[in-house]
Amino acid sequence: MLQYFRPDNLEAALLALSETDWTLLAGGTDFYPARVGKPITENVLDLTALEELRSIRKSEEGYTIGALTSWTDIIAAELPPAFAGLKKAAKTIGGIQTQNAGTLCGNICNASPAADAVPNLLALEATVQLKSSLATRSLSLEKFILGNRKTARKADELVSGIFIPRPGENAVGNFEKLGTRSYLVISIVMVGVVAELNVRDEILQLKVAVGACSPVAQRLKLLEEECKGQKINDIEIQSRHLEQLEPIDDVRASAAYRISVIPELLGRAIKGIIQP
Amino acid sequence: MSITEKTSVSFTLNGTHHTITVNPLRRFSDILREDLGLTGTKVGCDAGDCGACTIQVDGKQRYACLTAAAQLKGCNVRTVEGLSSNGNLSTLQLAFLDEGAAQCGICTPGMLMAAQSLLDQTPNPSEPQVLDALGGVLCRCTGYTKIVQAVLKAGQSSFSQTITEIENPSSEINRQKSVGTRMLKVDGYKKITGEEIFGADNAPENSLWLRAVRSPHARATFTHADPETVLKKFPGLVRVLTADDVPGNNGFGIYPHIKDQPVLAKNHVRFRGEAVLALVGDRESVESVTEDDLGLKWEVLEAVRGWKGALSGKLEPVQSEVPDNVLARGFLKKNDVEMAFSESDIVVEGKWTTSAVEHGYIEPEAGYARKVGQRLEIFVCTQTPYMDRDEVAQVMGLEPKQIRIIPSAVGGGFGGKLDLSLQPLVAIAAWILERPVRCIYTRPESLASTTKRHPVSMSAKAGCNRDGKLTAFEYHGDFNTGAYASWGPTVADRVPIHCSGPYLVPSVLAKTRALLTNESPSGAFRGFGVPQGSIASEALMDDLAEKTEIDPLEFRIRNALRKGDRTATSQLLENSVGQVECLEALQSHWQIWRKEAGVFNQNSTHKKRGVGCGSVWYGCGNTSLSNPSTMQVGINADGKITLYNGAMDIGQGANTIMIQICADALGLPATQFEYVMGDTDLTADAGKTSASRQAFVSGKAAQLAGENLRAKIILLAEAAENATLCLEQTDSSSGGKLIVADKTGSQEIILADILPLANGDVLTGEGTFDPPTTPLDENGQGSPYATYGFGAHIAEVEVDTLLGTTKVLRLAAAHDVGKAINPTQLEGQIQGGIAQGLGMALMEEYIQGVSENLHDYLMPTVGDMPEIKVILIEDQEPLGPFGAKGIGEHALIPTAPAILGAIKQATGVSINHLPVTPDRLYTALREAENK
Repeated sequence: MLQYFRPDNLEAALLALSETDWTLLAGGTDFYPARVGKPITENVLDLTALEELRSIRKSEEGYTIGALTSWTDIIAAELPPAFAGLKKAAKTIGGIQTQNAGTLCGNICNASPAADAVPNLLALEATVQLKSSLATRSLSLEKFILGNRKTARKADELVSGIFIPRPGENAVGNFEKLGTRSYLVISIVMVGVVAELNVRDEILQLKVAVGACSPVAQRLKLLEEECKGQKINDIEIQSRHLEQLEPIDDVRASAAYRISVIPELLGRAIKGIIQP
Repeated sequence: MSITEKTSVSFTLNGTHHTITVNPLRRFSDILREDLGLTGTKVGCDAGDCGACTIQVDGKQRYACLTAAAQLKGCNVRTVEGLSSNGNLSTLQLAFLDEGAAQCGICTPGMLMAAQSLLDQTPNPSEPQVLDALGGVLCRCTGYTKIVQAVLKAGQSSFSQTITEIENPSSEINRQKSVGTRMLKVDGYKKITGEEIFGADNAPENSLWLRAVRSPHARATFTHADPETVLKKFPGLVRVLTADDVPGNNGFGIYPHIKDQPVLAKNHVRFRGEAVLALVGDRESVESVTEDDLGLKWEVLEAVRGWKGALSGKLEPVQSEVPDNVLARGFLKKNDVEMAFSESDIVVEGKWTTSAVEHGYIEPEAGYARKVGQRLEIFVCTQTPYMDRDEVAQVMGLEPKQIRIIPSAVGGGFGGKLDLSLQPLVAIAAWILERPVRCIYTRPESLASTTKRHPVSMSAKAGCNRDGKLTAFEYHGDFNTGAYASWGPTVADRVPIHCSGPYLVPSVLAKTRALLTNESPSGAFRGFGVPQGSIASEALMDDLAEKTEIDPLEFRIRNALRKGDRTATSQLLENSVGQVECLEALQSHWQIWRKEAGVFNQNSTHKKRGVGCGSVWYGCGNTSLSNPSTMQVGINADGKITLYNGAMDIGQGANTIMIQICADALGLPATQFEYVMGDTDLTADAGKTSASRQAFVSGKAAQLAGENLRAKIILLAEAAENATLCLEQTDSSSGGKLIVADKTGSQEIILADILPLANGDVLTGEGTFDPPTTPLDENGQGSPYATYGFGAHIAEVEVDTLLGTTKVLRLAAAHDVGKAINPTQLEGQIQGGIAQGLGMALMEEYIQGVSENLHDYLMPTVGDMPEIKVILIEDQEPLGPFGAKGIGEHALIPTAPAILGAIKQATGVSINHLPVTPDRLYTALREAENK
């Protein structure tokens, strides 16, 4: 007999995780599509009754987004302008049905190269909080997602939430997504940006990440460095900024196309900060 | 086989408390449908891609297919069945009914629940809010326009005042003629309440489940374990069907002489998705058995792929009976094109290719079969009950009269439900096991195993004189027809006739081939190859217009077919040729839009707008073949009047217009009619719902049936020809009366006084119509169709030249329909055709093994639709019912050419491969810059 468990407190969930192997289920927006016409042949730990994880908490240090926080919760939350990109991404995920059920943490745990949360969370320098019955640890998002559908979560661990350090006073976020239709669309390329500008629209700090162009979305650190002090409208994206990306040909677009449009999409995401 | 332990879950559903004990991980959509009997919530994909299962959970819209049953503990759930209260429809439902927002109705429950979630929060929403709310539900019939209008209307306070009128159509309306009115869909109520029964919504209590095991390889030989050993391992399995279990001919196909597709492949598969075995048993068991359990061993062979692969001769032919892989050829020759080209002032040419396109009906194939005595009853979603009956009979080795097809409501077809799918499988299982057997295709199975629009590789050449008069047209098209014939020969025949467009061309040469490959069988899809061919002809019209410096719309008007002209098959067009009127009706929009696009482009750096046009003509009915339809109407002793309608409604509204037509022919109000749809025991053969033939062919039969009954009544009452009829209907038996009045007085016919037939009817009428055609000679010359529908679209697009994305901003469509029997339904069908044409132009591309789901196979969402203006032109067809002719296929054909023309006008770039995805357009734009 396979097990199903839907604990209503974290302790019980962690205990269960320490005892046997489970597939974790939250919003179901990745779980069920992977099992169309197939029976469920695994133990499932359903996290959706862990009310304590359905929250966005603000502290001096930053924001903790609980594991069960949905896209709709993100859209509705009062968050500083640095989160504007994340909010914009939330509105482009699937349809409202998916936004109501799907969770931010589920998106990073599923670790699809086209996960819409990831570029934004990278630009926000998010860390992932992992809990087991024995320990609690934190990993930067970069270290958490190891590859296509691979994460650093151990079998007995649960992602309890993600932590986003308090953004700079003037930090503003933005997001650009390129797809073939209006709704229910998986990204061909996407860009998440968080930037701080001075009054002359010069860049004090830029954090920018590109998704769907490598197994895991990536920060473009060379570009971030070189942009410092430049006027936002003067930024020019060069191919050397993009060398780390390795897009592939897939059903949505060719690799060559992806690499060609990244500069334009980056430019729009960055400049969109002052000209929404 | 291991299953999850059952759990008890309590929740509130439509206001009632429920506690169920179920596998906690079952999709809630499945619980609703199979355990709670609430089949209003539909399943189209089980993957959160289509939205048909949308319900409200605590007031928010959710996909029931992505919701584990146990997650609803303590929740307040609302489904479509909970929208109306005490039989009173909600405002939203009434708005859907009033607007004609439901066509096939399979997406309707999901649309309603998504919209209700918005209206609960925002009673008077804006259009962008409506689009966002509906963005997660796909519709394949309506083009979304009427759905959006309905939601907006439900939000307007003025609407509630008109509700009473919709609920109780006044007697004033009852007395009026019905043809030409916006009569509400006769099945509209069922579509908006969730009461409609589709293929997956009904099966006998003790039904076994059937699942086909399909090939993961395009071409392979295979062996499998002895079914007996598998049965021993899985006690819940009752039978493993193999090719050897097919009692009759293990082959089916559209053509009497080509039954090339096996029900279950024997040793050898020819495409990915082909059925090799069928598992029958309890549901969990048939779902759990794996390929390994079945001992399936494949020897993969190199597959014949694409047009080049088919013609290369390098590999063994796909079917040994067709050594060169050329299944069929089409040919047309009118005068000498070579000479005509040499004498032409201007000649243009080009090459194009298109991709496989999926029908994308939201209802996957579903149904059941049961043995009743020495007969089989098959309940299934189908476009063609009588063809299904005959096909199943030959597969079963039974007489056709031993098969009864009871069609379910059809959740979209578009040509994809003209071929057999699960019918023979459930038939064989039910016959052998003597138990009812049901089957529901999964979305990946539906995508992998059913037909597609033919991919084509084509070249074409057109010539004209300096004054812009067409001189010659030449066309070569290779259609990839996949592994089996299906409708491949039909496509090869239809395209040469239509490929030069609705234009007067003195010399035409057209050659087509249908090529066998190890790819998805290509079949019938809204237009039988003509939409692909039109891409070529319309692009060449634009090129000639450019070279002659004539406005493209004006160029088309100059060359449009007119009454008295002869077509490419030299058929003389005597009546109902509204092409010029259609084009002229678009002229003012054309000029304004082009001007506005020009102004926009002057002020825009990288976004560029353009306006393009496309024309269509399309023959209504089968090509040079008899395709009769018979309709029957009867009145019983209670005064109940029934139209026995074999013309399958697949959402387009055939059931409604047939009643409108018959009612007017008879002289009774349409609102008094009831109907029976498509059941082969209860209705006569009306032929298939395809080829834009039902309104024209079956509509005429319905008119004749009404006239036939009227004549009998007039005779019985000895009344004048122009007498008025009044039918008094009663609920109690035998109280019905017909009152026949003319200027000499009125006569009462007591219906109970007439000896009834076996079905209880006392007065009946029947009509049969077979459109007159002539065979085509060896040069493809003759009169293949009794009438043609005409039309044209203009589209405005905006291209983001730096990203290669295209947005269609607005579209105007003018169609000559002969006579608009029901303008609401016509508009809806046209808007839906435009959505499919838009998808074909910009995003739809089926790739075996890759896009076998609805998130990789992209169809337009509500946000992709332009603002649409529909103009109906009525150049009456004397043969048609009250002058009407077809629209089904015409609606789609001009859209893609108009969009491609608009992209070219916006950017200067011609795209020769469909769909024009962002990467393809981007590449073409950069290539053009570098030239």
